[in-house]
Amino acid sequence: MTALSLLYRDMLRIRSVEEKIAEEYSNQEMRCPVHLSIGQEAAAVGVCSALQTQDRVFSTHRCHAHYLARGGDLNQMIAEIYGKKTGCVGGRGGSMHLADHQVNFHASIPIIGSSIPLAVGTALSDQLDGTDAVSVTFFGDSTVEEGVFHESMNFAALRKLPVVFVCENNSYSIYTHIDERQPKSRSIEQVADAHGIWTKRLNGNDVLKVLAVTQEAVARCRRGEGPAFLVLDTFRHREHCGPGSDDHLNYRTAEEIDYWREQCPLLMAEQAMEESGNIQPDWLKKIKQEIAVEIDDSFCRAKNDSLPSAAEADEFVYA
Amino acid sequence: MSLHIINMAQAIRDGLRDVALKDPSVLFFAEGASDPTSVFGTLKGLGNEIGHDRIIEMPISENALTGVAIGAALVGKRPVLSFHRVEFALLAMEQIVNNAAKISYISEGRDSVPIVIRLVVGRGWGQGPNHSQSLESMFAHIPGLKVVMPTYPADAKGLIIGAVEDNNPVIFIENRWCHYVEGAVSDEYDSLPLDGPKIVREGRDFTVVAASYMTLEAMMAADVLSSVGVELEVLDIRVARPFVYDKIKASVSKTGQLLTVDMGWRQYGLGAEIVSEITEHCFSSLKGPPQRLGVADHPTPSSRGLIVNYYPDALDIARSVCRSLEFSESKMQTVLALFEDARQKNPIDTPHPAFKGPF
Repeated sequence: MTALSLLYRDMLRIRSVEEKIAEEYSNQEMRCPVHLSIGQEAAAVGVCSALQTQDRVFSTHRCHAHYLARGGDLNQMIAEIYGKKTGCVGGRGGSMHLADHQVNFHASIPIIGSSIPLAVGTALSDQLDGTDAVSVTFFGDSTVEEGVFHESMNFAALRKLPVVFVCENNSYSIYTHIDERQPKSRSIEQVADAHGIWTKRLNGNDVLKVLAVTQEAVARCRRGEGPAFLVLDTFRHREHCGPGSDDHLNYRTAEEIDYWREQCPLLMAEQAMEESGNIQPDWLKKIKQEIAVEIDDSFCRAKNDSLPSAAEADEFVYA
Repeated sequence: MSLHIINMAQAIRDGLRDVALKDPSVLFFAEGASDPTSVFGTLKGLGNEIGHDRIIEMPISENALTGVAIGAALVGKRPVLSFHRVEFALLAMEQIVNNAAKISYISEGRDSVPIVIRLVVGRGWGQGPNHSQSLESMFAHIPGLKVVMPTYPADAKGLIIGAVEDNNPVIFIENRWCHYVEGAVSDEYDSLPLDGPKIVREGRDFTVVAASYMTLEAMMAADVLSSVGVELEVLDIRVARPFVYDKIKASVSKTGQLLTVDMGWRQYGLGAEIVSEITEHCFSSLKGPPQRLGVADHPTPSSRGLIVNYYPDALDIARSVCRSLEFSESKMQTVLALFEDARQKNPIDTPHPAFKGPF
């Protein structure tokens, strides 16, 4: 197995999980908003594959791919979306609040920018303790418009904290293009640069490139050279929130959609594997089958699991 | 054990030093944490005693740094944030309400956020609309937060230690004028539980429940009313969330009368909540309708000419009590005249003769 085929398998697994969510969503048993990452898997897998067990990850409302790429438990994720007691946070958060403490996937916060300072805080604690852990915070392009983003970058740069800021730029805040929200004369990476933070911008759908650049960013952090900032250009295939497509609203051009469909992370990885002669039809069939069995099992469990009882609803308000 | 007469600002500083010396995970965040004034002296010299690496100078980024403190708390630190004014924390409400107050709940108790956020309420010397608001009921509205507001130095020292030891986010509200209140404080490590109101004066005739600085006004009213045979039972709220009603209920069951004195506005204030709870549970004990006092229902003006009727004081408390007890107009005037002697000779806009401004 090559590195690329492992990355491909992880991306395919995430894609398949989310397609299954989309397929089952109309049955009205997943009764919470879902923000699918279909089309953005390379960012999640490339970044998380560069991390070690002691590292920490924070995410947003669009957290499924990050959670799974980090190694979060699939059964608990699906159960959480189904609102079941066996969910990763016991049905208290739903799709937008995934967390798995076993793998230092600390929190997903569905308020733009809200989880960024938390990652800077764990990085501060780790720096004070002299550990080599790195904190990673995922967010989208709209976060660049939030004050807390700049405040967090300033503090991380000031204290040279081991934090990697990962901006997944899919160009849209719901239906509004970045050009209507941010000046064209200034790129996202220029903002990071202005904060004195090492930054790289790349095609976020090229999983090998994402992995390589994240490895460089993480290595810098571990050497005490301060924070890093990645801009990963990517594209959301499905609607902002929900299982379907919102392209009938015509907020994105056909050219743009076609361009990015050709840049699909899975397609790009398949092409790269074909070019290097590393893809075997049998292997592909085998992993697809393994993944399908795993996913079917997860959904089956989640559907059969119990809802939490109303009597538990007031627990854990206080520690 | 020995007792020292110190003011509340010093007591808070002593408490913070004691708990930080005991627990190396305690960190201090503030704008000007290490400057010569050190948040009204309350953090003064701490770096020399516990190590300067534990004093985190905050850029002027209240929301992010509150989030940073929450993040550090997630992985074992106990940050204490100090804001010179309550209003600065309004910039951090997103982190306080969405993260600090929710993380224990949303993680099914796997995570906790042991942080203390100290907020100073300004008063006097022309502080004006954005430097003297008492917003405790905004914080007390949120499940997941604890809200503490001490009045006296010994209480403040014990409660600040208790707040830092607590595994939950604690909003610790300090009236700037209470910083000047002096009292005997033990030099030992004295942690107090965050367990709700305390009876600071026993009395049979009337229950007065007051918030922070207003407790001092209530005590002044109690002294004067006692001389005419009216005995107030004064309760200092101390902890506004989680609210513990037992002592207030017991007191009202005894006196049949209730007056609340808010440090902030009456509408949706702590008094509104207390009166509602007592009316619901002690209705048959009440001899008359509960009364509420609070600051006037408008922003705090700066000029000392405009604040004359803004803050309730001992005289207002006595007037409210006399009315509830249905004193005749002449008897009420006799009682109120007694306050001419008892009232402080201080100017209306300063807390203590030592106070010379600017904030």
